[in-house]
Amino acid sequence: MKKTQFFPRSLVFGILLFASLLLAGGFTWKEEWFLQPANFPAPVYNSKANPVTDAGFKLGKKLFYDPILSADYTISCGSCHIQAAAFSHHGHDLSHGIHDLLGTRNAPGLQNLAWYSRYMWDGGITNLDLQPIAPITNPVEMGDTLSAVIRKLNADPQYPGLFEKAFGTNRISTDLVMKALSQFMICLVSADSKYDKVMRKEGVVFTADETAGYQVYRQNCASCHPEPLFTNQQFRSTGLPVLEEGDEGRYLVSLDSSERFTFRVPSLRNLKFTFPYMHDGRFYTIDEVLDHYATGISHTTRPDPSFILPDGSPGIRFSPDQRKTLKAFLLTLNDTAFVKNPLYDEAGSQLYIK
Amino acid sequence: MKSIITLSAALLLLASCNRKMTPGSDGKDASSTLTLSFENYAGDKTVSMNGENYTNASGETFSVTLLQYFISNISLKKTDGTIITLPQDSSYFLVKESLPASKQITLHVPKGNYTAVTFMLGIDSLRNTKPLSERTGILDPAGGAEGMYWGWNSGYIFFKMEGHSTAIPDNKAGTKKFRYHIGLFGGMNSPTVNNIKNITLDLKEKQVAKTGAGKNPVIRVHTNILQMFTGTENISIAKNPVVMVSPFSKHIADNYASMFSLAAVDNK
Ligand code: HEC
Ligand code: HEC
Repeated sequence: MKKTQFFPRSLVFGILLFASLLLAGGFTWKEEWFLQPANFPAPVYNSKANPVTDAGFKLGKKLFYDPILSADYTISCGSCHIQAAAFSHHGHDLSHGIHDLLGTRNAPGLQNLAWYSRYMWDGGITNLDLQPIAPITNPVEMGDTLSAVIRKLNADPQYPGLFEKAFGTNRISTDLVMKALSQFMICLVSADSKYDKVMRKEGVVFTADETAGYQVYRQNCASCHPEPLFTNQQFRSTGLPVLEEGDEGRYLVSLDSSERFTFRVPSLRNLKFTFPYMHDGRFYTIDEVLDHYATGISHTTRPDPSFILPDGSPGIRFSPDQRKTLKAFLLTLNDTAFVKNPLYDEAGSQLYIK
Repeated sequence: MKSIITLSAALLLLASCNRKMTPGSDGKDASSTLTLSFENYAGDKTVSMNGENYTNASGETFSVTLLQYFISNISLKKTDGTIITLPQDSSYFLVKESLPASKQITLHVPKGNYTAVTFMLGIDSLRNTKPLSERTGILDPAGGAEGMYWGWNSGYIFFKMEGHSTAIPDNKAGTKKFRYHIGLFGGMNSPTVNNIKNITLDLKEKQVAKTGAGKNPVIRVHTNILQMFTGTENISIAKNPVVMVSPFSKHIADNYASMFSLAAVDNK
């Protein structure tokens, strides 16, 4: 991986260039497209073992949007992870899978996955290459078996040839399906929000409100949602009152009772697109989340000690002004270029994958 | 002088290699074979999947519809104390009651006389965290290990037994099904339950297994599933009809660690 200046201002230009190259049919993918933004640390994902190539990325994208991965050919990864919603499940509190079955958790946005070392709300998956096994085999998501998926892909008129191009073999295996999906997913880098441009000093500055809000964020939120990923990937409880079917979160994986009701801290990037919020999608607006932090934290789910005020009551006390500026700052984390980037676009896959 | 040091170093190296040999991997001696034969029992009855009933230590009657477990990381001890460790890549096996051939595990080993066999019930933590390219065949979650892998909690299921018991109150579907899916290798980022068990059988209790040209000794191992329900803690099917990823799984694993016994060594 090269440490390259990320395409900031040039992004729009880049998109145009990409589109024209696309039309001209002369575009070839480069490993450099999976870049380390200048304000990001080194990625965790080992892309040396799975270098992004033109053919691999396109194949991964095709798989991502192909319902062939589900039992009845109705649901693709992209059904629940919609680009316009920063790859979350637009407007759904809980995910919908095959036969309209309802999952138990909210589909998080997919972004900057190469910087994560654990996936899912409970961190049960520790390697991105192993992640797709979960939705494919989950009876309420894609409801298939892995062996059936591998069989279907091998029998498909297109896929063997595409695997040949990407990996030099037309024998489709679990390993290669996962690698292709990872090549697509690690390229889902969101690092072109206003915040990123300010941090990279690209001639953009925060407004007075945003600057004030940045301080409110640093004081109250950064311990769990630190820059630049806006998550520390730790498991914490925000003291959400338990609803009917209490999800025990991290406990289900670690079996450590002190982790009951803790969830992996989500990123604060792209909140504009990823509502509803929290592991079960119970809040539809940022205001509801902030109301929760201010007055809704319940002792029953053992909130993180950092939420406990000196008088023993839980909560984060904001003044109306702090709240207003905090929201202004959070808005600077939305990356419109990311949700519109034609590289990730489903239609794009039809356009240039033959 | 120098050459003497080199020579003795080489000799030392050779000697230490000798102590722990991995047959096959270095193209060295793996000329003879022996077979580990797993025979599943419930007490003194052989396990069948035709609805036959067995009774556990809590007095509960049950039948078995599925029984399978991973055997891995096999090593053998020679009469001179040398430990022969099988090449790890070819040391993973899934014993399935429904597949008779899977119950006969034939190993390629150096010619010799063997006094003990050690194996793991489950999959070592390292392999649980290896890239998929190193998990083919019996370890492929889309292949041999289908149904023996948790996608949501990356890791293999070591032992799986399902069946019916009249002791269980009807479930939602109106069936009296029990399901024991036991795994957990100790956790990736943070420690959790570790249900990996190592089992050693002393062949001298019966007789030393002698391998060599034209021979294939069979080590007959009895797996007594009733043992799963008793030992460190009695497991009641009625109280715990479903055990998967939970702290309770530890009790089952502690119990089943002692379900293997040596029935015979047939020097054929
Ligand atoms: C039915 C809806 C649904 C489908 C289909 C689906 N997902 Fe998801 N996805 C979810 C939900 C819900 C979660 C969170 C699950 C959890 O935490 O237990 C999730 C989580 C993820 C994550 C983890 C993100 C993170 O930040 O930890 C990744 C990566 C992912 N999905 C990729 C995929 C891929 C690849 C596919 C297709 C093979 C896919 N998903 C199909 C609903 C879905
Ligand atoms: C002690 C750690 C901690 C602190 C401090 C914290 N959060 Fe969170 N935050 C979390 C966790 C954990 C979740 C997920 C909770 C769940 O779903 O059960 C979360 C969820 C969120 C979400 C929902 C995101 C989504 O995609 O679902 C938002 C928005 C949010 N926090 C904003 C903030 C803001 C703003 C602050 C500061 C005022 C803050 N958080 C302080 C741990 C923390």
